[in-house]
Amino acid sequence: MSVTTAPTTLDVSHTSSVPFARLVAVELRKLADTRAGRWLLIAIAALTLLVLIIQLSVVLGQGLHPKYVDFLQGMNTPMGILLPVLGVLTVTSEWSQRTAMVTFTLEPSRVRVVAAKFVSILLISVVALVVGVLLGALANTMYGAFSGHTVVWGSPVKLGFYYLLLYIFGMATGFAFGALFLNSPAGIVIYFVYSFVLPTIFGIAAALMNWFESLQPWIDFNFSQSGLIDGTIAGNEWAKLAVSGILWLVLPLAIGVWRIRRAEVK
Amino acid sequence: MWSVGRDGSLVAMIKVEGLTRAYGSFIAVDDITFECRAGTVTGFLGPNGAGKTTTMRVMVGLTPPTRGDVTIGGLHYKDIPNPGRHVGVLLDASAQHAGRTGREVLEIGARTMGLPSGRVDEMLELVSLDARESKRRVRNYSLGMRQRLGIAHALLGEPTVLILDEPANGLDPAGIRWMRGLLQGYADRGGTVFLSSHLLHEVEQIADEMILIGNGRIVARGTRDELLRDATGGVSTTLVTALDNQQLAEALTDKGLVVHTAGEGLRVTAEPVDVGRVAADHQIVLTDLRAGNEGGLEDLFLELTADTQRDVLPNEVTASEVPA
Repeated sequence: MSVTTAPTTLDVSHTSSVPFARLVAVELRKLADTRAGRWLLIAIAALTLLVLIIQLSVVLGQGLHPKYVDFLQGMNTPMGILLPVLGVLTVTSEWSQRTAMVTFTLEPSRVRVVAAKFVSILLISVVALVVGVLLGALANTMYGAFSGHTVVWGSPVKLGFYYLLLYIFGMATGFAFGALFLNSPAGIVIYFVYSFVLPTIFGIAAALMNWFESLQPWIDFNFSQSGLIDGTIAGNEWAKLAVSGILWLVLPLAIGVWRIRRAEVK
Repeated sequence: MWSVGRDGSLVAMIKVEGLTRAYGSFIAVDDITFECRAGTVTGFLGPNGAGKTTTMRVMVGLTPPTRGDVTIGGLHYKDIPNPGRHVGVLLDASAQHAGRTGREVLEIGARTMGLPSGRVDEMLELVSLDARESKRRVRNYSLGMRQRLGIAHALLGEPTVLILDEPANGLDPAGIRWMRGLLQGYADRGGTVFLSSHLLHEVEQIADEMILIGNGRIVARGTRDELLRDATGGVSTTLVTALDNQQLAEALTDKGLVVHTAGEGLRVTAEPVDVGRVAADHQIVLTDLRAGNEGGLEDLFLELTADTQRDVLPNEVTASEVPA
């Protein structure tokens, strides 16, 4: 053996733990550094643009009188469907591709990793909002220019805030379902069931049962978000939003994080 | 802090104490205790399913132990700040996003650890992945290339400890030799290497110490020579071939040595030096003379881990008698 003495302890005095901002930056990078991730981002942007162009040509062709909020609503469809998928995949791809093994050996605090992922999707929500608000403004302005009608803006700051909440809720709910199931197909399918099938079932139940009709806004997160979409949310609708949000977002997220903390990473 | 044990020996960098991991009633790792010293390569050897990977996963905090404790440099893995800078880990070369390029895999690691991105190029060069290969997606990598990428990833943060699970798996013979040199040099510079394998020959030439595990328990440990001595019960054998085997056999038998024919030569129960002396005394020309215990280690390995072997070797074809 060529050494006669050796360190028996790791000299960690000059090493600080990985800064949280760096974890967030790495997680943002991971969203776009694979073909699948990059194309999902491109698809979201392209579909949003496409919907806007169609909407603009329809309102111009049929002589309709849209307001700014109508364009925001139009874009909410592609964003609302695809952003949550990104939210699901942010968590689940680590498990389906088994990269969690590497991620968690470089940062053993799993809660920090999950938090960094969550912050990264919050940042994506902000970017989505900026893109959406600007595209909507552009469409509204073009509508005014082409139709010669007066453009109606409503209260764009308030609407911007509402749509930010919508994008965050969508992505965060997808994220929560991803954390809950730790499996991409399951997370996405369950999210779509929650997002498209459940509202119909709740709607039928509410139509058939009076008592359920008054309960629905409190337990149906999709329903309670509708006030944000058309910008009419007021009064105790905020409370309903909070209660249903705890049920469909906070609870699955909490269980999911608990599960990730305890899960054996294979 | 630098220190030497009370007896002057090197002190442990990795300490595993009473480690047990149970899955329900199945005990994957059963109360194992061992140490890896700095400046050495420790081989962790056992058949598939013996508990090697589980042990390594517990070491780096991916699997919680049922009982027992593991420390690296006196710290639990989770308490090591920016652990990639201190402990290089390769647990499964295939556990990489298939859609990322090899370079991007290293880039993510380098960024997490806060390394300059020039480090990525250095590592790619070290493991001989060229510019074109590094831009290909991991999906299109052979197992050997993934293994090289994994080794590059483990070495990124200039760690002082390496924990590698089956690093030679998928490497071609030249690749295995390359890795052997790499790890030997790393240990010579004071690093601690802990690597596993299910193949004896991958480990025996590089490991300063070997730990044999079977059924979740440590069945033997020691240097190659110590294990060999145990394997043969302290009795040495020599393989020898002479121009005139008949004459040599008679000369050896006259000395009271036990001689059997083996292949084209003879197997003698004695040290090579004694056999050589007899040949010199009788002016017999030898064409081959070597210690005949090599197979002993493999025998020991198979015997000690027999309970977990899936394949049972017929008695008459033990490994030591298979011609090399």
